[in-house]
Amino acid sequence: MLEIKGLRVKLEAEDKQILKGVDLSIGAGQVHAIMGPNGSGKSTLSYVLSGKDGYEVTGGTATLDGVDLLAMEPEERAAAGLFLAFQYPVEIPGVGNMTFLRTAVNAQRKSRGQEEMSAAEFLKEVRAKAKTLKIDADMLKRPVNVGFSGGEKKRNEILQMAMLEPKMCILDETDSGLDVDAMKLVAEGVNALRSEGRSFLVITHYQRLLDHIAPDVVHIMANGQIIKTGGPELALEVENNGYADILAETA
Amino acid sequence: MALPKLKSDVTEARLAGLTLPAGADWATEARQAALGRVASMGLPTRRDEYWRYTDPAALTAPEAPAAAVLATDETPIFGAVDRIRIVFVDGVFDPAASDDLSETGLEVEFLSSAMSKDIHWAKDLYGVLEARGQKPVDRSLAALNTAFATQGVVIRATAKVARPVNLIYLHQSETSDAMLHNLVRVEAGAEVTLLENGPAAARFSKVLEVDIADRGAFHHVRAQGRDHQRRAVTHCFARLGTESTFKSFTLTVNGRLTRNECVIELTGDDSVAHVAGACVGDGDDFLHDDTVFITHDAVGCESRQVFKKVLRNGATGVFQGKILVKPGAQKTDGYQISQSLLLDDDSQFLAKPELEIYADDVACSHGSTSGAIDETALFYLQSRGIPRKAATDLLTLAFLAEALDEIEDPALAEDLRDRLEGWLGRRR
Ligand SMILES: Nc1ncnc2c1ncn2[C@@H]1O[C@H](COP(=O)(O)OP(=O)(O)OP(=O)(O)O)[C@@H](O)[C@H]1O
Ligand SMILES: [Mg+2]
Repeated sequence: MLEIKGLRVKLEAEDKQILKGVDLSIGAGQVHAIMGPNGSGKSTLSYVLSGKDGYEVTGGTATLDGVDLLAMEPEERAAAGLFLAFQYPVEIPGVGNMTFLRTAVNAQRKSRGQEEMSAAEFLKEVRAKAKTLKIDADMLKRPVNVGFSGGEKKRNEILQMAMLEPKMCILDETDSGLDVDAMKLVAEGVNALRSEGRSFLVITHYQRLLDHIAPDVVHIMANGQIIKTGGPELALEVENNGYADILAETA
Repeated sequence: MALPKLKSDVTEARLAGLTLPAGADWATEARQAALGRVASMGLPTRRDEYWRYTDPAALTAPEAPAAAVLATDETPIFGAVDRIRIVFVDGVFDPAASDDLSETGLEVEFLSSAMSKDIHWAKDLYGVLEARGQKPVDRSLAALNTAFATQGVVIRATAKVARPVNLIYLHQSETSDAMLHNLVRVEAGAEVTLLENGPAAARFSKVLEVDIADRGAFHHVRAQGRDHQRRAVTHCFARLGTESTFKSFTLTVNGRLTRNECVIELTGDDSVAHVAGACVGDGDDFLHDDTVFITHDAVGCESRQVFKKVLRNGATGVFQGKILVKPGAQKTDGYQISQSLLLDDDSQFLAKPELEIYADDVACSHGSTSGAIDETALFYLQSRGIPRKAATDLLTLAFLAEALDEIEDPALAEDLRDRLEGWLGRRR
């Protein structure tokens, strides 16, 4: 599904290398987790994959089902099936959450040559999905993320993911800021979407989310590289011992 | 005092081809007085402080510069609203296209007819608010209009009028030069809505004088035509009585030159005046200027100005807004915000917000900002599959929403919002 080879990225504005050769291969239907110290480049990886400005790819490749992601506009990547649940979801005053969601769903359908969803059909679906995430009608009416609590923003990301039905989902610290119940809701939302044709890359600092969303593979990122890859037990090791041992062992 | 050479040349050249229209004695007096004001003030030139950002040359030239007529197959603006239509084609009343004008609580007459009657209430309004509005700044183009306009409507509301009056200004001739002067008198406790739309002419000069008696209410929603080359100077002079309301909103999309002046006097206690505008400008020959002057001359009045402009490809937006609080106008609540969204570095927004306060118990605030599109929001929208252009349009509409929200009637607001969305969507 997602193939990243030797990805090197620097900041456009300054001469600072952030990703220093990242290799990652996620098969269809798999769930991978990335853990790693603050500032190791996890969010940068997710931004570069989704096409945010300000980064310069200085080497390597990233493909989604064989298609070169890095050559595409952000909206084209989304239409190709990539989705990023932001670490910090963006507030957009003046744009209603519903309008936003519907525009996004229909834009993607259009670019895939599908018919637009009717207003009624859309409303029905969004209401049903919002309900399972305990997002109330009022939140749907409000401007995108404006005045949402941290946890509400994260749930709103998952709602968007559920509506857009991407095939490659990147979740950047979707668990941070969530209370225990909300974390369960979000995990259930993610698990409901798990399928053979859909893969997940879950960026997190905590084992707890991985208790709910069992990963197939866990990677440790440090200083712009994946320094260790293992099974779910690797996350437990980090939870118990921190990164010191792993960093020492790979240094 | 003699006028500067440039000013007197411009004024003379403009007046050379014009003759005062005939009418009743009082009308002739009003027109002569207005002509006197033009002669003593002179027409504006670029050297005037009040015209520092906007070159009035095309507005004062003897001949109207040509403007192509925009072909459109759109449904009429405000078309879904049950309204009384009065149509002007290139500034000339078109009875065939207009509706029957009878409506409870409403008297509509044409300017030419009112001005030919020996006794008419218009005597107390025609040119009166315009003349009052000449201090402390010259608005000689409005005086020129008072002197020479022959077309327009004279409206009196004596009760709450059910249907809005819709003045529709069609543009058909590439060289038309139109002058319209409208009067609205809202009697005590009465209420009326005036809708205006259309480009009107290649060059359009319009004055609207609105006198609102105690507890009266006047609502005004306007969409200036989209013809790219059209030029317009419009003045709205309003005087508000006790506990009366004035609310005006203008949408401007395209047009080469637009100067909208709004001069409001709050003369009765507890009166409320809101003026708002949303403007979308494109190209380096686009200039849109909102010039507002609000005078608080009574106790407990509220005024509110909300102006938003989206500019790109070298377009220029101007805002000159002043709140004057006279001595004794205590408990004044004045608010003014002017903002621009600049879609590129070539476009510019020139703002001159002013407060002048001579009372001590007042709350006045003003702010002016100019900003680029929020790239973070743009990326967020794009990352959900919304193409950059559509995402920009969404953010543009969101930016303008605050001004559109000033329209009280939800149906009218919806109409303009939908159109704006459509127009933005069609642009490349
Ligand atoms: N636009 C930018 N300007 C300056 N520095 C940046 C920028 N983007 C990323 N960086 C730097 O790159 C490094 C990696 O940042 P990134 O956000 O990818 O880390 P992270 O692994 O997601 O950290 P966290 O766990 O704290 O979320 C950090 O040192 C960060 O300060
Ligand atoms: Mg991060």
